[in-house]
Amino acid sequence: MRKSLMRVFSLGLMASMSTALLPVLTFAGTYNLTVDKVLIDTGDFTKEGIGYNGKSPGPILRFNEGEEVTINVTNNLEETTSIHWHGLILPYQMDGVPKISYPGIEPGETFTYKFPIVQTGTYWFHSHSGFQEPDGAYGSIVIDPKKRKPFRFDRDYVVQFTDKHPHSGKRIMRNLKMASDYYNRQQQTLGDFLSDVNKNGFEATVSDRLDWGSMRMMATDVEDVQGFTPLINGKGPEQNWTGIFNPKERVLLRLINSSAMTYFDVRIPGLKMTVVASDGNYVQPVTVDELRIGVAETYDVLVRPKDDKAYTIFGASMGQTAYARGTLAPRDGMSADIPEMSIRPLLTMADMGMDHGTMEGMDHSSMRGMGSKEDKFYAKGSGIAPTAANGGKFLSYVDLKAQKPLYKEREATREIELRLTGNMERYIWSINGVKYEDADPIKLQYGERVRFKFVNETMMTHPMHLHGMWSILDVGAGKWNPAKHTISVAPGTTVYSETEVDATGQWAFHCHLSYHADAGMFRKVVVEGGPKTASLTTTGKGVPQ
Amino acid sequence: MRKIIKHFPSILFSLALLTPFTSHAEEPANIFYGFQMEEFEYRYGESGEELFAFDGDAFIGSDELKLRWEGDGEFDLNIEKFETLSNQLSLQTPVSDFWDIKGGVRYTSPQGPDRWYVAVGLSGLAPQWFEIDTQLYLSEKGKLSADLDVEYSVLLTNYLTLTPSATVDVAFSSDREIGVGSGVNSVEAGLRLSYDVWDRIFSPYVGVVYERKFGQTANFVEAEGESADIWYAVIGAKLMF
Repeated sequence: MRKSLMRVFSLGLMASMSTALLPVLTFAGTYNLTVDKVLIDTGDFTKEGIGYNGKSPGPILRFNEGEEVTINVTNNLEETTSIHWHGLILPYQMDGVPKISYPGIEPGETFTYKFPIVQTGTYWFHSHSGFQEPDGAYGSIVIDPKKRKPFRFDRDYVVQFTDKHPHSGKRIMRNLKMASDYYNRQQQTLGDFLSDVNKNGFEATVSDRLDWGSMRMMATDVEDVQGFTPLINGKGPEQNWTGIFNPKERVLLRLINSSAMTYFDVRIPGLKMTVVASDGNYVQPVTVDELRIGVAETYDVLVRPKDDKAYTIFGASMGQTAYARGTLAPRDGMSADIPEMSIRPLLTMADMGMDHGTMEGMDHSSMRGMGSKEDKFYAKGSGIAPTAANGGKFLSYVDLKAQKPLYKEREATREIELRLTGNMERYIWSINGVKYEDADPIKLQYGERVRFKFVNETMMTHPMHLHGMWSILDVGAGKWNPAKHTISVAPGTTVYSETEVDATGQWAFHCHLSYHADAGMFRKVVVEGGPKTASLTTTGKGVPQ
Repeated sequence: MRKIIKHFPSILFSLALLTPFTSHAEEPANIFYGFQMEEFEYRYGESGEELFAFDGDAFIGSDELKLRWEGDGEFDLNIEKFETLSNQLSLQTPVSDFWDIKGGVRYTSPQGPDRWYVAVGLSGLAPQWFEIDTQLYLSEKGKLSADLDVEYSVLLTNYLTLTPSATVDVAFSSDREIGVGSGVNSVEAGLRLSYDVWDRIFSPYVGVVYERKFGQTANFVEAEGESADIWYAVIGAKLMF
C-alpha cells in the first residue's frame, strides 16, 4: 500500500514538473532515517537484523535530479554504523565509508548527509560497517529525471533482491575462516562420482577428480555461502511479493541486487524484458528472456503483461541452490507456476584460467552451457556461462550500450592492472596478492582517464565496485561503452573498464561480495589534485544529460 | 616475519578479550577464533575395554598468526584413569598456500609420570584433499619423538561423511618410564561415519578404531596385562563452533 502511495506521489511530482510551470525549480528535500534493530521474517525463519525506519529493507528514497538532499541518519544501534549511497556521484565526505569518507556514525548520534542529486535512475543504499548490510541494512533509491525519460511506462516497482541467511554476517565470516567449505552443501559426493563414471567413463571421471584434487579446489564452488532464503523486497518465496498491473500496461521493474554474496538469474516466464538502464544509466534498449544480475548491480527492465493473469518473477541463484520469487498480477492474491531450477553448474578448468579450450570428456554443464553463443565475459568453456531457460536471449554485458555517453571518448592516460586473487582454502581474498590491511592506496590524479585491467585469477565471480566515479565498462562499443558502478568479473577472464578521474578525495574500491571485501579484496583510492576543496555543494562531474 | 610481528599486538589484545566476548563493538575485525572436536567418543574394546576418547583443537588469531591449543586423551572408564592425555599450545603461521608451521610446548599428563616437550609441526592440506598434521617433539629428558596424522573425508552425501584416519607414533629413543620404546611404537586407524545434524556444529557418528602397539612399546603394554592390538567400536560426535 505504502509503495503505491509513494508511486502516486512521485507520479504527481513528475506531472507537476512536466507542466512546465516550474521548469527550473530546485527541490531541497529533507529525509530522516533511523538505523534500528529489527526482526526479519523470511517465511523460512525469523532473525534479528538491522533495518531502516524500523524495517528491512529500508524505505525507497525517491529523489529528483537537481534536488539538494538533506538526510538525517540516526543510529539507534549499540555499535557504529554508516550509510553508503551506492552509485551516487557526490562529495567524498558524503560517501559513507567509515575510515575513508568519515569516522562513521556513533550510537545515538545523528549524522546529516547533504549533497546534490546529479544523476537519475535506480540505485540503493546500505551500511558500510561490518556485516550490517547482510544483516539487513539496505534500501533503495529512485531518482526521477528533470527531462522526459527516453521511454514510457505506466507504473514502476523496485524489485530488490537479497540473500537472507539464518546466520549473522559475523558468524558466517568466522565459520568461513574456520572451514572455507562450511556453507558449501553442493560438494561432489560418492554418488556424483558414480553417476559421472556411468556418464563419462571411469578414467575421465578419475582424471577430472584428480585435476581438481591436485589444485585442492572444488568445481562446486560457485556459491561460497549457501543456505540462505532469497528475498524480493523483503519477502521470501512463500510470502510472494506481488506487484499489481493492469493488462497491457508498461511496467518498469527496477531490479536491484542487494545480496551479500549471491548472483541471480532473473526471468519472468511468459514475458520479455526490455533492459533500458544498467546501474542507473540509460542503455540502448535490448530485449531479453533472462538476465544475470551481479551483486550490487541494478537493471531497469520494461515488461508489458498483456493478459489478465499472474506472472512469476523468478530469480534462481547462480549456483541454482535457491530461488527468489515474486509475482506480477492484475489483482492481489494471484499466483502463477513456479519454474524448476536448472541443473547445478560446475566450474570447469577454463574457469580456473587453464585454457583447455574444450572440455575433454567431462561435460557437466551440457544442459545449460552448450549450444549458446560464446559470451566473451565468461571464460571459453566456462561452466557458469548462463543460457536462457527457455532457449531464448540471455543478456550479456556485450549487449549494454550507452544511450547517451556520459563522457567524451578519449584514449586512457594509463592502465592499472588489478589481479583479483585469493586463497579459497584459507578464505583470504586480495588484489594483486595483497590484502587491504597490508596494501597501499591506489593513487589517481584528477583529470586523468585510467584504464583498469581486471584479471580474475580466482574461481569466484567478483563484482568490483568503485565508489565516487563511473566505471566505463569496455564491451567493445567504443564511445557507446556503458557507464556502471559495479563490474562483474567472471573467473578466468580479463575485463577492462575506464574511469574519468573527476572526483577529488578518497574512495573505496572493492569486491562487493561482503565476505570477500572483508577478507581483503578491497582498496582505498586517493584522487590527488583537482579542485582544492571538494565542496559539499558543488559538483559538475559525470552528470548524466 | 614482519607481518607476524605486526599482528602480534592484535593477537595479544584479542586474547585479553577471549573471556568477555560480550563487547564485540571494538573487537578487531581480522581476528577469528574457532573450536572443534574431531573425536569425542565412547570406545568399547573387543575384550570389554571401555574408554572415553577426545581429540580436538581451538584457535584464535589472524590469517598470519594463530595461537592454537591441541588436546587429546583416552580415559579408561574401568579404572578411571587417563591412559593418554596431552595438551599443546602452539603459535602457527602459514608457509605456503596450503601449509602451516607451528611451534610450541606440549604437556602429557596421563596416569604415571608427566612430560614436557618442545614441539614443532607442519599441518595442512595435501593434494587430493588429505589433511595432514605431523609434529616432532623433544622431551625434557632429551628424547626425540614424532607423530603423523592423516585424514580424508568421503562424502557419501553432503551431510553423511565417511572419514578414514590414521595416526602413527614414532620414537627415536626409548623412554621406559612412560612406556615408550624406540621405533614405530603405535598405529591407530579409524573409520567413522558421521551425519551433520546441526550445521557443522554437531555431527554424531559411529565407527571402528584399530589400535596396535609395536616393539618395546607393545612389550611394555603386554607386561601390564593389556593387549597390544585392540579393535574398538566407537560412538560419538564431531563438534565445531
